[in-house]
Amino acid sequence: MSKTLILGAGLSALFILLALVSLVWTPFDHTTLDIPGKLQTPGGTHLLGTDHLGRDIFSMIMVGARTSIAVALVALGIGLCFGIPLGLVAAMHRGGWLDELIMRGNDIVFAFPLLVMAILITAVFGPSATNAIIAFGIFNIPVFARVTRGGALPLWEREFILAARVAGKTRAHISVEHILPNVLNLLIVQGTIQFALGIQVEAALSFVGLGVQPPTPSLGRMLADAQTMVGFAPHLAIFPGLAIIGIVLGLNLLGDGLRDALDPRLQRRRG
Amino acid sequence: MKLLEVENLSLKIRDADILRDVTLSLDQSDILAITGESGSGKSMTALAIMRLLPHGAQATGRIHLAGTDLARLSETDMCDLRGNDIGMIFQEPMTALNPVHTIGRQVTETIRIHTGASPAEAETRAREVMTRVGLPPDRFPLSRHPHALSGGQRQRVVIAMAIALRPKLLIADEPTTALDVTTQAQILDLLRDLVADFGMGLIMITHDLAVVADMASHIAVMRGGEIVETGRTAALLRDMRHPYTRMLFEASSHEVALPVPPAPQPLLTVSDVHRSYRLPRRKLFERPETFKAVDGVSFTLMRGERLGLVGESGCGKSTLTRTILGLDPPQAGTILLDGAPVTMQGRPNPDVRRRIQVVFQDPFGSFNPRHRVARLITEPFHLLADPPQGAARQDAIAQALTAVGLQPDDATRHIHEFSGGQRQRIAIARALIIRPELILFDEAVSALDVSVRAQILDLIAALCRVYGLTYLFVSHDLSVVRSVTDRVMVMQSGRIVEEGRTEAVFSDPQHPYTRQLIAAAPKLPDIEALQRDVTHA
Amino acid sequence: MLRYMLKRLVSLVLSLAVASLIIFAVIEIAPGDPASFMLGINAQPETLAALRAELGLDVSKAQRYVAWVGGMLTGDFGTSYTYRTPVAGMVADRIGVSIPLALYALVLSVVIAFPAGLYAAARRGRAGDLGVMGATQLGVAVPNFWFAMMLVLTFAINLRWFSAGGFPGWDDGVFAALKSLTLPAIALALPQAAILTRVMRSALLDVLGEDFMRTARAKGLSERQTLWRHGLRNALIPVLTIIGLQFSFLFAGTIIIEQVFYLPGLGRLIFQSISARDLIVVESVVMLVVFGVIVINFLVDLAYAVVDPRLRARA
Repeated sequence: MSKTLILGAGLSALFILLALVSLVWTPFDHTTLDIPGKLQTPGGTHLLGTDHLGRDIFSMIMVGARTSIAVALVALGIGLCFGIPLGLVAAMHRGGWLDELIMRGNDIVFAFPLLVMAILITAVFGPSATNAIIAFGIFNIPVFARVTRGGALPLWEREFILAARVAGKTRAHISVEHILPNVLNLLIVQGTIQFALGIQVEAALSFVGLGVQPPTPSLGRMLADAQTMVGFAPHLAIFPGLAIIGIVLGLNLLGDGLRDALDPRLQRRRG
Repeated sequence: MKLLEVENLSLKIRDADILRDVTLSLDQSDILAITGESGSGKSMTALAIMRLLPHGAQATGRIHLAGTDLARLSETDMCDLRGNDIGMIFQEPMTALNPVHTIGRQVTETIRIHTGASPAEAETRAREVMTRVGLPPDRFPLSRHPHALSGGQRQRVVIAMAIALRPKLLIADEPTTALDVTTQAQILDLLRDLVADFGMGLIMITHDLAVVADMASHIAVMRGGEIVETGRTAALLRDMRHPYTRMLFEASSHEVALPVPPAPQPLLTVSDVHRSYRLPRRKLFERPETFKAVDGVSFTLMRGERLGLVGESGCGKSTLTRTILGLDPPQAGTILLDGAPVTMQGRPNPDVRRRIQVVFQDPFGSFNPRHRVARLITEPFHLLADPPQGAARQDAIAQALTAVGLQPDDATRHIHEFSGGQRQRIAIARALIIRPELILFDEAVSALDVSVRAQILDLIAALCRVYGLTYLFVSHDLSVVRSVTDRVMVMQSGRIVEEGRTEAVFSDPQHPYTRQLIAAAPKLPDIEALQRDVTHA
Repeated sequence: MLRYMLKRLVSLVLSLAVASLIIFAVIEIAPGDPASFMLGINAQPETLAALRAELGLDVSKAQRYVAWVGGMLTGDFGTSYTYRTPVAGMVADRIGVSIPLALYALVLSVVIAFPAGLYAAARRGRAGDLGVMGATQLGVAVPNFWFAMMLVLTFAINLRWFSAGGFPGWDDGVFAALKSLTLPAIALALPQAAILTRVMRSALLDVLGEDFMRTARAKGLSERQTLWRHGLRNALIPVLTIIGLQFSFLFAGTIIIEQVFYLPGLGRLIFQSISARDLIVVESVVMLVVFGVIVINFLVDLAYAVVDPRLRARA
């Protein structure tokens, strides 16, 4: 196991654990307001200080990380559920009209920057976490469709696929039995990247008010609240930001480590 | 003084020994062939002379070119030497040229970096060189990009780059392996002429012993990073002191004994089959042209007969194979197995398909790396309405593996645990397991080293005796087809141009194309005759 | 080449058509009638009808779509529901901030990433490479708006080198305008530069493994010459793709960064319009951004053909 993989897995596990623990325990109740004890600096009873309403920052980060991770995961799920079948079907009909249709559809979705898509959805349905998830989920679909198709295309030229066709298996059957398992590595790596991106997207959308709405805490919302106070209470901005960097860095390192560990070319060399 | 002297060249990459005490020498105007099977270290020897080894490689020993010890030169001096005193040609012409630069720019680059010639001078020089290698600039403008040239033409560009400054030494690493046999003959002729004209020394690295015997004045045979035997070509062929050398030459001209085929009774009838592809449009408002890959092919394959199909790349043999397998339906004509069509309404006919199996070329690509052997070879059971289960299935697996010379225990192993030759045996086991009436061998031994190839050909002959196989053997390799078929068809541009008893076609070809193919194929000398001549003298 | 351009052009027009249909359809789903929203619940039916006619809302959907697209093509983006002024004028004012900001950031990210990527690729596996790669991992993970806040904290609040926000406009001189865009551009550019550096490095490393690089060495080119003469242009092909993607990312990114620096750009306009339910403005600005992205992708496709002769021939 490479150092990258260990560091990435460790960092990701740490934040996911913090998020899970927040379901049953946080140092302070993050919903309790304590106006007299507001804006405490880090290091006192409150490890990372308190915000402008006297809430414990560390507890807020734990719960906020949970929200951010949940948003990113659900959007990831949407991307996987629709993207993989689309990619497999496109590769199965490579060069045909169905492939063309799917890929052109992908291009159109890609022409909408994520934020613009979120703006459009929010403008119509109003801001909410669900809409942020839908926007990022839609954005994820072409990503996974492309990765799946890209991985599947060279496989379809391989002789073991021809052998399966000679054995009378249908293309759909081959897609599931032979193609999917062989593109799984690519999907796992891309999955961690999109997961990390999801954390950033949630933060960005919530920061501009298009994502998670108060009173639910999220890392992006904490930064939005902190923005006006950055001059006199910088810790309100610094810690949630570091938490985002930590999760994203961990997931990206995990993705890089997995890519090297799962690369069959590197594997063969090893042994 | 010798042009090149290599003494005790040893090479390690990390901790693995790649070369051990390689010693060889070469005179001006001589051709030294370094030969051996894959992994013998012949290409690494060439790269060591060029000092273009991969990162982490450590070489020791002396390499003297016209008196200069290359091993002691600085990297800057080596750069001055490469392209100027030593030229090199590579195996894969499709990727050896930079796709984004014109061929003119790539040839003039060699000239300009070494001579400091002006662009105009360099271009004049490049025109001469291009004309010399058979690409006169009035027909092949210097402004072309590599993608607009064929493989043989690209190889000529690579040669032009290598000889532009008339180097003393030219190293050619498998220069014709990726080319068709007629192109190969032309490139070999060109190299021979250049050696004679320029008085260069040529190191020719090739696995093809027929090319070796044909071209070289000296031969070095390598195995496992060592030279096992070296000498003048005639003497080495006559004496062959080392058993490995003898084994290599025997395997290269390996012939198998096929049983006598039964009385003719048609099994596969192919009548007037057509299959064409649309080419990309040339102009926006013009009908796209079509490429006739298979253009009216008819033949009959008898039960128990071994039929060969030879032709160069792009002749349509792969398309024909796919059509017979029912992977692509024919656009016109019929393919009947025992009277039943292979495809019905564009879909494969399951009754026929379970009676045909195939063995592909690539021993590495033809298996799903994630599955075990048992699952891999039983894949054709999918064709059966009532596939064997439980003990019957285990028996079938054990039988198929035993038949191809493997152990029943091998069923539980993964494919990456096997060598190339063993994988090809597994591919044959997969084809045999449902006892098909017809097997297609699609370049089935083309990717194998000669010694392994001989074993697989023996296996095929043995299976013919036991199972009475009927097969269609598709290959570009004339000598292989000659040894394992009763009858042969020659294919050119989608048509069968000649067909007949294998021996008759090879000894007395009728069609001009067949004659051209047979003439172009390098031939191994008759070693026994060589040895006899000496004894009589 | 001409055929290739034509093909790209057709796909450009098709993409724009489909995108405009989607945007129009989504906005149409929006509940509520803009006219009644503007006039409040107590509006008279006659005034309502008059306003609907004035806004062009009293015709069929198909007619409205055609009118909208036709208007956009002639530079008429409709009339804002809230401000009752032409949208085109509002957009024109704001775009003078957003596009320069995106371009500024793009230039910065390329200027940082090219040398960094080349440096890392040239020293692959050594300390310099590991240092650059570690920095890019961090750069990719940093949210740009948070980084923007940190820049404000450091350079505006503590060091007072820059103002914390606002935009003096281009009339007060280019230098002052650029200065006020510098912190936002850095905030936008650094995460993108990190991505671009990684792409540049891996593209170069891929090219280093190509056969033609070995051919070039066999000709007598040094390692450095080989990289410059043969590696760079081939590596540019994947790098171009990413630069194209980045421009759309930066364009969208300005919308967020403008919030941090209180810049009067498209971002501000769009958020004001969303809260005012001024959907015609949202619709037009979104279409404009999507138009920009599609056109950039078209230009990237053309750049491919310049770099890669195989594309010119194949199409």
